[in-house]
Amino acid sequence: MRNEVPELQAIADRVVAQATSGEQIEAYVSRGGETAVRVYEGEVEHFVSAQSEGIGIRVIRDGRTGFAYAASLNAESIAEVLADARDNVQFGTPDEFAGLAVPDGVPQVPQKFWDDELAAFATADKIEIAKELERLTLAVDGRVRVEESNYDDGWGEVAVATTTGIRESGRGNSCYTSVSTLADDGDETQTGFGFSVGDSPKEFDLQRAAKEAADRATRLLGAVKPPSKRLTVVLDPFVTSQFLSVLSSTLNGENVAKGRSLFAGRLGETVANPLITLVDDPTNPLAYTSTDIDGEGLAARRNVLIENGVLKMFVHSSYSARRMDTRSTGNATRGGFAGTPGTGCLAMHLVPGTQSQQQMIAGVQDGVLVQMVSGLHSGVNPISGDFSTGASGMLIRNGAIAEPVREFTIASTLQRMLQDVASVGNDVDWLPMRAAGVSLVIHDVTMSGA
Amino acid sequence: MSLVTDAPLVDPAVISKVLAKGRSTGAEFAEIYVEDKRSTSAGLDDGKVEQVTSGRDRGAGIRVVAGDTTGFAHTSDLSEHGLLAAAEAAAAAARQGDGGVHTVALQPLLRHPVNNVRVAPSSVAKSTKVELLKRANDAARSIDGAIVQVSAGYGDSMRRILVANSDGVFAADDQVRTLFRVSVVANGDAGMQTGYDSLGHTIGFELFDENDVEELAERAARQALVKLKARPAPSGALPVVIKQGTGGVLFHEACGHGLEADLVGKGASVYRGKMGELVASPLVTLIDDGTMSGEWGAIGIDDEGHPSQRNVLIENGVLTDYMWDFLRARKEGRRQSGNGRRQSYADLPMVRMTNTFVTNGTDEPDDIIRDTEHGVYVAKLGGGQVDTASGDFVFGMVEAYLIENGEITDPLREGNLIGNGPQVLRDIDMLGNDFAMGNPGTCGKDGQGVPVGDGQPTLRVKSMTIGGTAA
Repeated sequence: MRNEVPELQAIADRVVAQATSGEQIEAYVSRGGETAVRVYEGEVEHFVSAQSEGIGIRVIRDGRTGFAYAASLNAESIAEVLADARDNVQFGTPDEFAGLAVPDGVPQVPQKFWDDELAAFATADKIEIAKELERLTLAVDGRVRVEESNYDDGWGEVAVATTTGIRESGRGNSCYTSVSTLADDGDETQTGFGFSVGDSPKEFDLQRAAKEAADRATRLLGAVKPPSKRLTVVLDPFVTSQFLSVLSSTLNGENVAKGRSLFAGRLGETVANPLITLVDDPTNPLAYTSTDIDGEGLAARRNVLIENGVLKMFVHSSYSARRMDTRSTGNATRGGFAGTPGTGCLAMHLVPGTQSQQQMIAGVQDGVLVQMVSGLHSGVNPISGDFSTGASGMLIRNGAIAEPVREFTIASTLQRMLQDVASVGNDVDWLPMRAAGVSLVIHDVTMSGA
Repeated sequence: MSLVTDAPLVDPAVISKVLAKGRSTGAEFAEIYVEDKRSTSAGLDDGKVEQVTSGRDRGAGIRVVAGDTTGFAHTSDLSEHGLLAAAEAAAAAARQGDGGVHTVALQPLLRHPVNNVRVAPSSVAKSTKVELLKRANDAARSIDGAIVQVSAGYGDSMRRILVANSDGVFAADDQVRTLFRVSVVANGDAGMQTGYDSLGHTIGFELFDENDVEELAERAARQALVKLKARPAPSGALPVVIKQGTGGVLFHEACGHGLEADLVGKGASVYRGKMGELVASPLVTLIDDGTMSGEWGAIGIDDEGHPSQRNVLIENGVLTDYMWDFLRARKEGRRQSGNGRRQSYADLPMVRMTNTFVTNGTDEPDDIIRDTEHGVYVAKLGGGQVDTASGDFVFGMVEAYLIENGEITDPLREGNLIGNGPQVLRDIDMLGNDFAMGNPGTCGKDGQGVPVGDGQPTLRVKSMTIGGTAA
């Protein structure tokens, strides 16, 4: 069910109504609040309570685009923003594809985004959750310390209006709890984390978050640097999720149009092992980033990007779609009122296979279970396809988990890794990220260590 | 046009009321941080100026500390009413019983300007800024037909801040930053490669009197072209030589974060308890200096109102100090070090670096390469990431070459290097005499990004793990 926000919609409508002949205007208005509680050693370390609001206005005239924003919704600021955006128009280069989204008749898939129970949740109870998570985590293992235990929640309202007939508003809230851990053994310290998300704090699984946070830190104690060699990797769902996020930029229609995707011109070709079916589906309520509209106000929809290894489609905003002579797939992204829409995947997942992670490991003679990666932003280039990332995890020997390893990298290329997938797990995990996780077996990856 | 105006962002009489309200529930400390930031950015991609953006961010954050608890609230409403409401919310969050009435006598307004701005970006026509983008685009494309895509970005910001607290601190700073970046894609037989370069200083539009955007674009283009012929990087441990002015991120990750007193205080740093000990090669002297005029991480005052300063963290390999903010310094009963920073008025301050660098050694850079039989020469580093508790860190090499028999030879494809901070610091066995500052950076910690600078002379780490694929 949609929760319309008439007050913000009216602000957006008033801006759009000021459009003059030949001028397209989009107004994006948002307002939100957050609570952040951090607990350390049984005491509240900080308590943050804050509200914010703002407006971004895009003006297009003669194919030229101008934009301005302000973190304020008072009338004076809005007038200044509109004037700035209009002034900025003259400096853009005319682009025949520039423009706003146009309603396309695709119906929205109703989902629940607002939880009354969360909205009414008492401050003292929020603090208690963070304290409870700290206690539970410390109780798991005597070697574990807690660096911080957090409870966070937020609410947001948004409205968008355009001269092309887009008129949408909605509101949502969410909550999150997380804990960071340290585990000591002599001079050595390792770190871990755990988290839980839900529509309301009632759905938190604090026990699981505590256990994962303690396990992540303790399992690496005594870990060694492995030798360098080629082997099979098993990616933990948490790692696969990050791998998919990197891959998403290659499926982005704007990158394709601008020659920044290694998949440009390859629609219909086999780009991955036939085990791979990759879907972007923000209409799935299990997805953390599920939504009913995209960043331009068009209905979000389910798109199959790679089916049985064959590249079927790219994702598009209205701009990239016009450039590629196709239709928007409802994939405009937006970071908030301070930015203009981009293009991107919204909520990815791999269609699961049949094996559990344990069964997958049992099939690996010489490999490594990768449980954490680091430096994805520095060692992975989605344009060239080069893939190299720091990693830690457990060696796999003769189908069984062996000793823990750290301070090594795994490397290949995105193109090869997709082809070298040997198994997709049945353990889809709807992590609080842009892509769901699932265990993945990939052959012939280089591990660099000692 | 004068950038510095002595009119504070909020009336001192209102500030006193807000601080008193902040302490009304028994807190021993209250602080108001006011920010008014105007920014202009412009982007060119695919041969077109996509848009010019104007932004305005203005608001205040109120922090109240009672015992070990911090309450914080922020607002974009700078009226007396709005500020008092935020102070009440922050005070409620740090409630400690009835605090009674506290009056605050503010000191005279402190200014400690370290940056000189000759040409305020706001005084320059937007068309002049946009013209820079077109020049960079043309320059990159004219280098070689293999350059198939160019994106360029210009950004400037004028950030005025005011900090006052119940200890009487009353300080202000104007921070003007100007930035330019170019990224290119080159296409060759073996696929696409990318090149990137950027330029940023805490100065005004005179940045472009002293630097040429065409040269910047050419460097980015040449980097992508060189990589078209790159071969896979080695896999395994080798000596690594890092070019001057590109490897500051190594120290930022290998030890900078681990010397932040908030992480040390929670036992989340591999450098805890190591004060006075040898933690690096005796060649290494590491400094964090917020006063380096014009550098990307330079600030007059930090975001807690403390004047920026130069702090020696490691001297000849010995750990001499950590970096401090208000809360950590108070806890340890010492002076803060000008390292309390925040991304914006909507964020709590924490310990952050400013400009972090390693001072000159005595080796000739050419000798360092000649002395390396088989290794990797990194001409440009990318970002990095560190686990401060274990010390394990990675950083990317975006332009690198093989060293064979003391000479730089083939270019290498991109990848990460991985190492352990304390081990890598001990393994620095040659240090050049050619110190240079590096590219402007944004350091992320706990979800907040702040501008930081770094620098270092050419140096060699005798062994690091290269995360390539070649045997």
